[in-house]
Amino acid sequence: MRHIISILLENEPGALSRVVGLFSQRNFNIETLNVAPTEDPSLSRLTVTTEGDDRVIEQITKHLNKLIDVVKLVDLTEGNHIERELMLVKVKALGASRDEVKRTVDIFRAQIVDVTPSVYTVQITGDASKLDAFVHAMAPIGILEVARTGVSGISRGDKILSL
Amino acid sequence: MELLSGADMIARFLQDEGVERIYGYPGGAALHIYDALFRQDKVKHILVRHEQAATHAADGYARASGKPGTVLVTSGPGATNAVTGIATAYMDSIPMVVLCGQVVSHLIGEDAFQETDIVGVTRPIVKHSFAIKHPSEIPEVLKKAYYLAATGRPGPVVVDIPKDMTAPTERYEYVYPKKVKIRSYNPVTRGHSGQIKKAVDMMLKARRPVFYTGGGIVTSGASENLTALVKRLGFPITTTLMGIGSYPQTDAQSLGWLGMHGSYESNMAMHHADLIIAIGARFDDRVTNNTSKFCPTAKIVHVDIDPSSISKTVRADVPIVGPADSVINEMISLLQGREMANAEALPEWWTTIDDWRAEREGKLYEASQPGERLKPQEVIEAVYHITRGEAFVTTDVGQHQMFAAQYYKFDKPNRWITSGGLGTMGFGFPAAMGIKQNFPDDVVVCFTGEGSFQMMMQELSTCKQFGTGVKIINLNNETLGMVRQWQDLNYKSRHAHSYVESLPDFQKLIEAYGFTALKVEHHDELDAALERTFADNDELVFLDIDVDPREHVYPMQVPLGAMRDMLLSKTERT
Repeated sequence: MRHIISILLENEPGALSRVVGLFSQRNFNIETLNVAPTEDPSLSRLTVTTEGDDRVIEQITKHLNKLIDVVKLVDLTEGNHIERELMLVKVKALGASRDEVKRTVDIFRAQIVDVTPSVYTVQITGDASKLDAFVHAMAPIGILEVARTGVSGISRGDKILSL
Repeated sequence: MELLSGADMIARFLQDEGVERIYGYPGGAALHIYDALFRQDKVKHILVRHEQAATHAADGYARASGKPGTVLVTSGPGATNAVTGIATAYMDSIPMVVLCGQVVSHLIGEDAFQETDIVGVTRPIVKHSFAIKHPSEIPEVLKKAYYLAATGRPGPVVVDIPKDMTAPTERYEYVYPKKVKIRSYNPVTRGHSGQIKKAVDMMLKARRPVFYTGGGIVTSGASENLTALVKRLGFPITTTLMGIGSYPQTDAQSLGWLGMHGSYESNMAMHHADLIIAIGARFDDRVTNNTSKFCPTAKIVHVDIDPSSISKTVRADVPIVGPADSVINEMISLLQGREMANAEALPEWWTTIDDWRAEREGKLYEASQPGERLKPQEVIEAVYHITRGEAFVTTDVGQHQMFAAQYYKFDKPNRWITSGGLGTMGFGFPAAMGIKQNFPDDVVVCFTGEGSFQMMMQELSTCKQFGTGVKIINLNNETLGMVRQWQDLNYKSRHAHSYVESLPDFQKLIEAYGFTALKVEHHDELDAALERTFADNDELVFLDIDVDPREHVYPMQVPLGAMRDMLLSKTERT
């Protein structure tokens, strides 16, 4: 099963490499990885999506927790949560397909954020499957470039990941 | 307020931390630190002949004393030479602090002379690492390093120190930090009471229980408590290779150690058990054999300080995260006044176990005859007797290691010193050196083989410099015995590169360093040679003993089998 693990990480040099290194060292799998500072300058938030059965996920969270730079973590998929990813896509926009792109963008509630005579740059947010669906829909028209942020997520309701 | 340079802070910190001896080798990036060490006399520095030996010596000291070992090396090759020793300590959870010189900060990343990203290189084999970014943070970082190395599940910690951080011209305030806090690191101090109660209830009902204890007992100093618990319950106990000595091996309840080359009765008892109480052990593949066939009828209680060790390879029915010492204590107090519901079943279980013991009694190996080459097992037994079982015993890796574990009996913890997890050839001699230098009044024996010894034999020079009287027992079978054994069993005796061609004349080699070396070619010469070897505890003696190269280590678990599937000799199997 796919799991989304969010980690509060010491904002120290080398901390990220310890997390990433752990996954390759122990033969765990990283599907997406997203990391950025938080409101607390001493902490980064890192979100990783990974595949594995319960035994593997248990090992992943236990080993992550053992890293000294990992301050706290949560497996978001254990409860209700919100999952988002942002994608920027350049698609071919020539002739008739210019309208087709525009229509699909509207259907997906995406936005065109940059325009040239031959290219639209589209911004779209959602969960990973929505982004996959958009890529799939655009493929026949001609995708030129894709940039995805990787999944970020947060628990629903009052549950909070903080110190 | 006291102003010190970074280098002086390091020297002063080591004093304040109570570090008596450090192991190291100087080089450009570490020279300010060496100069600071030169200008004080409290911390003694042992100059090794190769950085790997520094880590093994510090590791040996740590295993024998329970305190962190300290290593000081320079950048680049100094640090990379230490890597094998760091990995050795990591695999066996040994507390160690490794201070590495580094090129000056502004050159980092420019492939400067003797630059290596040692924090990166060692990342998967350390408990944690630090890179010093400002001299003023040295005392706190060092305190954190020692704190992390020694607490929780211990392990090696690397501190990378760029040369400019130790410059004599820059001085900062020095205060010894008595305590440090790391917000993300709070090792558990006790186990979950409900789980412990559950485990105790199971112990009182089990019909075929076995204790299976590991290095965690030795590390946490829980041997006395463990012995009290096992005695109170009257259960059999087997230990891992790392746990040897955690329970007195000469006691009737001890089954010896278990696993690939463990005792017949240990492996049989584990396989047939209905309750396994694992404490401070990690269900390593050299213990479990095939996990899908592992102990089919057993419920498993697993006590470990490291949650990631629990249910890693074998699912625990009752996981208990906590330090062995306190969990065992709690078990003992919960047992007070409780009745054993299994009082009738236990004698039956012991009868079964005693039958297993009797099956192998006197059949463990065939003794040599006068005039023949000795069997390695005989040598270990003879050394056991002459040292009255009280020596610190280090080993290298291979057949001699297994024989030493099988035939030297340990009644105390911290005396059996071996590279269990990583299996590092070359470990034994420098480890023995580190122990002897810190425990000069004790007898320190290194069992080695002609293959392993040659990996770290340069330390003879260090022993000469510091007058270190270790006893080196070289079980010389002129072959890489364990490799040869596997080749005999799995490769139709095609001995690919397991024969050590062109062995040196060990006697001449040892004598070149000014030490005594003795040669034993036959059975009849052993006793006199051992008498001579152990005559003077302060003298390094190298005893080169020709042993039978055809000997195999048995029992040996059959690959992919269950605990009970063992070869018992070249012709017998279970």
